[in-house]
Amino acid sequence: MAIDKRVTSAAQALADVADGARVFITGFGGAGFPNVLIRALRESGRKNLTLIVNSATHRYSLTHELIEAGLVRKVVCSAARGQGKDLSPFEKLWKAGKIELTCLPQGTFAECIRAGGAGIPAFYTPVGVGTELARGKEVRRFADRDYVLEHAITGELALVRADTADPYGNLTFRYAQVNFALAMATAARLVVAEVRAVETEPIPHQRVQLPGIYVDRIVTVGD
Amino acid sequence: MQPLNRRQMAWRAAQDIGSGLVVNLGMGMPVHVADHLKPEADIFIQAENGVIGAGPLASPEGADADLVDASSRRITLRPGASIIDSTWSFAMIRGGHIDITILGAFEVAANGDLANWDMRVPDKGPLVGGAMDLAACARSVWVIMEHTTRKGSPRLVEACTLPPTATRCVSRVYTDLAVVDVTPGGFVVRDLLDGLSQAELAKRTGAPLAFAPHVRVLTAPALGDDH
Repeated sequence: MAIDKRVTSAAQALADVADGARVFITGFGGAGFPNVLIRALRESGRKNLTLIVNSATHRYSLTHELIEAGLVRKVVCSAARGQGKDLSPFEKLWKAGKIELTCLPQGTFAECIRAGGAGIPAFYTPVGVGTELARGKEVRRFADRDYVLEHAITGELALVRADTADPYGNLTFRYAQVNFALAMATAARLVVAEVRAVETEPIPHQRVQLPGIYVDRIVTVGD
Repeated sequence: MQPLNRRQMAWRAAQDIGSGLVVNLGMGMPVHVADHLKPEADIFIQAENGVIGAGPLASPEGADADLVDASSRRITLRPGASIIDSTWSFAMIRGGHIDITILGAFEVAANGDLANWDMRVPDKGPLVGGAMDLAACARSVWVIMEHTTRKGSPRLVEACTLPPTATRCVSRVYTDLAVVDVTPGGFVVRDLLDGLSQAELAKRTGAPLAFAPHVRVLTAPALGDDH
């Protein structure tokens, strides 16, 4: 078989990432965080990163390690509030003016990424009209309702957590692990997936949730 | 009668959810609505992370870190459940496929404006999540919240003082004192706590109140409040 997207380590999978990369990170609520890849990215020391991640502060995600290490210039997310009374690493740096923030409604966040991977430069959504998150954005009326213009998001790298892969890069996900992975994988130039296990035989087509043509590198990390 | 506690408010809202509906429950009080749905009602609970048909919370031994709801709680699936990705989940929300979303709130205005995402806490980062998508696009938006703040200020108001989540979206509010519909003419009280006069309720409300022709007594069974 000619195609084999397996690489031996997370470090190797991220070896050619450049400073300033716009990086998608999957995960929601504890499901689908690519924490092995996130840590490898931190250890690589790549800086001036833009993170496109649903939550900048989720307690189960290692996203905060990139932020604490001072490697992040900007965050695009729908949630940037720490859990406790103390400020999260993100909030400290944001308040100090060291990290730029774009906060989007979660559905807009998802659709911006989907659009980025689907050749759509911008779209109108009814969400956010009349709120602070629509400030400065074009509003247009269709029929009897106002809509906000939102722009597509693309990036250089997507870090994805999945359940199984085959050598072609086809992926399956457990339960709600899939969340942002499908959209992020389409919108990034380089897609690296960490998976629980690789199946050496091709995954039957009806089980494939993300086609391997979107996935560049696979790292097996176990549970 | 005592004001309803939070579980009783959730119970009261659950009584109004018809069979066969697709319902999204927000963080905090609203998630408890799921505990009080009538067992015979075939209701699909949608969670914004793509779970369609959330079942009861998982037992510690049955919990799976990959099966969570919008509040990161480990859940189970009901028969007939499915799971989709985030883009599809929010297409479902924006596309009007959610019959009812029940959200917590800081304030609801007489015109249906909702403020539930930004309390203007100094230094804390913003947290919007799916609140704006749900408030703007669910077919019905219900709110569960205490009638007043801890300091006694009304939460049902003429105009929101906090940043809005969406405008003209709320159609019903379940509080610890009353059930209030939001109509084109403003707030209309449907249920009122036993022993509380209309004038007393009006005093704790920041906008004019109308009363339905037959105001019902707001009741709920005894339910422990674990908050």
